[in-house]
Amino acid sequence: MPLIDSDGRTLSDPWRLLAEGEDIPELGPVLVPLRRWLAERDRLLARSEPVGVLLQSSEGPADLSGDLRRVSLIALEFPKFTDGRPYSTARLLRERYGYAGELRATGAVLRDQLQFLRRCGFDSFEVENREAGDAIAEAFREISVSYQAAADEAPRAADVRRGERTGYEQSKVCAGFWAY
Amino acid sequence: MYQYDAHDRQLVLDRVEQFRGQVQRRLSGELSEEEFKPLRLMNGLYLQLHAYMLRIAIPYGTLSSAQLRKLAHIARRYDRGYGHFTTRQNLQFNWPALADTPDILAELAEVEMHAIQTSGNCIRNVTADHFAGAAAGEIEDPRIWCEIIRQWSTFHPEFSFLPRKFKIAVTATEQDRAALRVHDIGLRLLRDHAGQLGFEVMVGGGQGRTPVLAKTIRPFLAAEHLLSYLEAILRTYNLLGRRDNLYKSRIKILVDSVGPEEFTRLVEEEWRQMPHDRIDLPEAEIQRIRAHFAPPPFEALPQRDAEFELRRRGDPAFARWVRANVSPHKQPGYAIVTLSLKPHGGIPGDATAEQMDAVADLADRYSFGEIRVTHEQNLALVHVRQRDLGALWHSLAELNLATPNVGLATDIIACPGLDYCSLANARSIPVAQRISLALQDLDRLTGVGELKIKISGCINACGHHHVGHIGILGVDKKGEEFYQITLGGSADETASLGEIVGPAFSSERVVWAVETIIATYLSLRRGPEERFLDAYRRIGPDPFKEALYAAH
Ligand code: SF4
Repeated sequence: MPLIDSDGRTLSDPWRLLAEGEDIPELGPVLVPLRRWLAERDRLLARSEPVGVLLQSSEGPADLSGDLRRVSLIALEFPKFTDGRPYSTARLLRERYGYAGELRATGAVLRDQLQFLRRCGFDSFEVENREAGDAIAEAFREISVSYQAAADEAPRAADVRRGERTGYEQSKVCAGFWAY
Repeated sequence: MYQYDAHDRQLVLDRVEQFRGQVQRRLSGELSEEEFKPLRLMNGLYLQLHAYMLRIAIPYGTLSSAQLRKLAHIARRYDRGYGHFTTRQNLQFNWPALADTPDILAELAEVEMHAIQTSGNCIRNVTADHFAGAAAGEIEDPRIWCEIIRQWSTFHPEFSFLPRKFKIAVTATEQDRAALRVHDIGLRLLRDHAGQLGFEVMVGGGQGRTPVLAKTIRPFLAAEHLLSYLEAILRTYNLLGRRDNLYKSRIKILVDSVGPEEFTRLVEEEWRQMPHDRIDLPEAEIQRIRAHFAPPPFEALPQRDAEFELRRRGDPAFARWVRANVSPHKQPGYAIVTLSLKPHGGIPGDATAEQMDAVADLADRYSFGEIRVTHEQNLALVHVRQRDLGALWHSLAELNLATPNVGLATDIIACPGLDYCSLANARSIPVAQRISLALQDLDRLTGVGELKIKISGCINACGHHHVGHIGILGVDKKGEEFYQITLGGSADETASLGEIVGPAFSSERVVWAVETIIATYLSLRRGPEERFLDAYRRIGPDPFKEALYAAH
């Protein structure tokens, strides 16, 4: 499954997902399920390598909220594309907890969800679809108008109508949302 | 009514192109039917028993004459010359070809219409009191807030994959013509003691397999916070609603399982933490939308039109129609006219392209070019001068739209049922037709008075049978169509769920059962002023059970 960014560019993936019981390697970024993170947090942080956490769709961000500066990747799993919980989790991570690292959508991620995902704060996408490049880049911007505020930079129609640009990029600076 | 600006227009055009791409990918085989299904369902395109069905959103049931003409044109050009108005204030076309659907959407976009979120597990087309802007005692036009909700909910990135579909209704009067208590969220506009505008917020109503009446979780929410509060409810539901069982996934189940108090606490807690000013609209934007719903330029007229009164006294047929199909208007000298889409023996909610065109013309002539779709599957012209009622009545009669039965026993709601719907257990339309023919005597109809019969072809309850005074539910008994009857349901401000009266009736017996129920009511009511529902609430189900089952 290709990993892409929100311009449809293919990204290299340095992350290694540790299976249950698999030893923590000395080198290289590792991605661990939330359970392992909670159990082995100190060991994982003792390494000087980046750590990421994988959340199932039933797992919320609260358990991670104190450590958001310490993890560099949070991956949210879509067990089915119809399971919409990670959209809320992503917005909470970005907008409430100020998570600034990579936020990845993984699992059942289809082309036609990409714009919603990006708007909720995801910035990397493990896409099931075959197409890549320009064709998939299109999918991030098929609808050019946003009626509501979310975790992206797009200003709301209501604000554009008034000539104001109050997308998230602006407001988070004022509100001091961003952790870094 | 609301008119699109450049942003609204752009969004709908973007959507047409997006959907065109999706259909192309399907037709070229790049997408399998399985992959295409969620995409078409985001756009109101269902695969029914015989063909695709396209459901078109009529936001809060308001149409301009130009929009209605466009629907007529689509019915002629892409369908079989008719459309079906539903209990969700939508219009369904039953026979479009898949390859044509992008063109249909492009035609709709020309008149500021779309099919966005008319299906799928998302926030559906928001519904309203169909007499909005005309009803006496209205706080303000509820469609202002419907339009605000429409925009906010359109392609909401967080709430497009909810556990289940989500329906919101808004009213602004004491009387509830929008069935608030059977919606996922019901909003009643009101003012507090200080005169501040706000909403009573009801959550967790619904029909289907587990009918529940919504509970008030906030007696007063300041109107300017509507969107952030909705967002808090939706987020709570999105994260906590069940996803493992289709029948337990509506918000009503969540509210019941955690309890209304705990649910309220969760919502309030979420809301408290939200950045309200990022989500709620600036006052200037609310004003911009409000301005679109300013009253039309009414003439200053006396309260009662003398000519109309004279005619009403002299012409019993006209008087009968006025009594059933005409409602009082808040503006002196005006009236609200409901156009019955329930001709005796006809298909409830169906309208031909010719009828649509003609109604559009009548709307231009008599009602500021505006048409309403009611959740009871009728149309309405809501701003008619009393002095024009006579002429309008004649025109409607020629179109077979003046059956004097609004609110009476033959004003039957029926879902498409087994004639179209792949989920159905039984047919609904032919049952409605037979009941309607059996009860069509006008004097008897008037004598029986207000009586709401609602028919669903399966437990999904699209025909609202739970809240029918007489509810009829199609069930399957060893491959045969049977009909279970409930009594005492109501969808208005005194909402209640109907109670099952006893074993189901065969298709042949169902008309007899309805007639027996009516005869029992007539024999036991205190007088013509005691409506069926009131009598039932007074005497309970026993006399009806007795009449229906004792002899057998
Ligand atoms: S109630 Fe059942 S049969 Fe009727 S339209 Fe709904 S799903 Fe179909």
